[in-house]
Amino acid sequence: MTVTPILELRGIDKSFGPVQVLHDVAFSAYPGEVTALVGDNGAGKSTLVKCIGGIHSFDAGEYLFEGERVQVNGPRDAAALGVEIVYQDLALCDNLDIVQNMFLGREKRRGPILDEATMEEMAARTLAGLSVRTVKSVRQQVSHLSGGQRQTVAIAKAVLWNGKVVILDEPTAALGVAQTAQVLELVRRLADNGLTVVLISHNLNDVFAVSDRIAALYLGRMAAQVRTTDVTQSQVVELITSGRSGDLGLATTNGATA
Amino acid sequence: MTTALHPEKTAAQPPSTVDGIRAVGRDYLDRLRGGELGSLPAILGLVVLCVIFAIMRPVFLSNLNFANLLTQGAGSIAIAMGLVFVLLLGEIDLSAGFASGVCAAVLAVLLTDQGWPWYSAVLAAVLTGMLIGLVLGVLVARIGIPSFVVTLAAFLAFQGIVLMLLEEGTNISINDPVILAIANDNLPPVLGWVLLGVGVGGFAAVQLRQMRNRRRRGLTTAPPVLVAARIGGLALLGGIAVHLLNQERSRSLVVDSVKGVPIVVPVIVALLVIGTFVLSRTSFGLHIYAVGGNHEAARRAGINVTAIRVSAFVICSSLAAVGGIIAASRGHSVDPNTGGSNVLLLAVGAAVIGGTSLFGGRGRLINAVLGGMVVAVIQNGMGLMGYSSGVKYAVTGSVLLVAAGVDALSRRRAVRR
Repeated sequence: MTVTPILELRGIDKSFGPVQVLHDVAFSAYPGEVTALVGDNGAGKSTLVKCIGGIHSFDAGEYLFEGERVQVNGPRDAAALGVEIVYQDLALCDNLDIVQNMFLGREKRRGPILDEATMEEMAARTLAGLSVRTVKSVRQQVSHLSGGQRQTVAIAKAVLWNGKVVILDEPTAALGVAQTAQVLELVRRLADNGLTVVLISHNLNDVFAVSDRIAALYLGRMAAQVRTTDVTQSQVVELITSGRSGDLGLATTNGATA
Repeated sequence: MTTALHPEKTAAQPPSTVDGIRAVGRDYLDRLRGGELGSLPAILGLVVLCVIFAIMRPVFLSNLNFANLLTQGAGSIAIAMGLVFVLLLGEIDLSAGFASGVCAAVLAVLLTDQGWPWYSAVLAAVLTGMLIGLVLGVLVARIGIPSFVVTLAAFLAFQGIVLMLLEEGTNISINDPVILAIANDNLPPVLGWVLLGVGVGGFAAVQLRQMRNRRRRGLTTAPPVLVAARIGGLALLGGIAVHLLNQERSRSLVVDSVKGVPIVVPVIVALLVIGTFVLSRTSFGLHIYAVGGNHEAARRAGINVTAIRVSAFVICSSLAAVGGIIAASRGHSVDPNTGGSNVLLLAVGAAVIGGTSLFGGRGRLINAVLGGMVVAVIQNGMGLMGYSSGVKYAVTGSVLLVAAGVDALSRRRAVRR
């Protein structure tokens, strides 16, 4: 592999009190690719993402961004690097419109007055750049949007701030079939635009539909990181449920005998 | 207001006026159907009430009564405007009435007993309001006591403080001519017209500048006809009001001539304009809506939620102080009942009847003014019809309940979508 990963974690350990949640986890994500992060409930997906986003600190390990070691001590550090996380609950204000939500907390101003025109232009340009055609008007209130449209707004918000790495936490979990397709299409487009996308999902159909690589966590360890084209769904299921599949996966699966 | 996603397209072929108006109308209907009624029920209620009272008691429409209505409503409208800030966060301030009483008592003591000049006394009263708001806000936002409990406790405590300030219930009269003028004197008729001209001119300038700016950038704007209608409507309604208020309304010209816009009116309008500017054009205002809509999203967006909460309480109590000053002026005195009895409930009623949501996140300052007018019309009209206070309270209470019911139902409707 000659391409350097934009985001690379090495040997991450993380404990909450006496419980060790992550053991020596390595993870990397590449520009222009969708890396799917899969694993059963409690495998440590959310913890890993929160470590990447700076919400949790980790006990040991290295965080490399664009090949250089960095210190990420909080969400703002991660945002400064260009790491944006779209959480499952989206964190949108229903009573505000799309533009207001996209710029919330980072409004453009002229003197003390909000520069609505500039914000509206930037929001429209970002959505157009993502080829979003499902949103009628950027001045619509978010409460009037469908689940898929909300997800779109949340993703566009992450992209607006020149995010280099966009991490999506279960973006399709609450969506119907058509809207899931829309969102997956958008996820693919983000990567095709050169962004690094990390997709957390339970749905292997979604994972195989859009991802370039799959990282499978098993009981807090990275079972395997493989190219999507190199594996089958049943192999990934085995990685998720037992930590190994043939010659892939953990050599000795901790806890598998228990 | 619709804004197309692809600005270049709309810039190339601006939509025809008819289409534009139709789009605006459709958008408005959509919002009504979605449960965002805004001020519509209050405006309809106001019209219906005025028609009923005008038919039952023609004197309701007299110039004297029109001016009376405005000065009657002014105090609770000021308090209601402050409450809008707190209600936007989904909180409540039950102590706003007695906070206005405390501030009025501070004003009266300093003015009459200590002989302070009016401006220092007014400043002290407003600072008292800010301090009260700061304490309430810190207790709610930092300590985390529910606002209902904090302000209920404050409601009792402030009642006691008013009694202590007034030395067990004596009545302090206000003799300062400037303070008395606020709620009792009128602007010279010419000045009324000048202020209206400045107001309408300013509104037109802002609207047109905004429209030109957006046009230049190729963003869609409201149809020019609609903008013109808004400006014209404001000029017309304002013109009618100023004209009526400039008519002679003295009962006997021999004693005195009474005409002109009551001074409280420009005071309330100024508060309305400044407050609306803050809420709709600044980050601070946007953050208030954001915290009220989804405080977790606001927190994650890096907004200092605690500071926003505290400042909303500070603004609320400061405007309550203004309401207290107006009440003191109107009553020519401050007594233990200033800001007491029904003042708070009328103010909450004004905000909610006008269309401010009790669930936070929705509401504008104009809601407080319109709702305050509805409350004032009910009180005034039923008084003219000779109903007892008991009936007036019962009716006002029912209207508040209806307004809160409309709010709850429309919210349910909005959530269901």
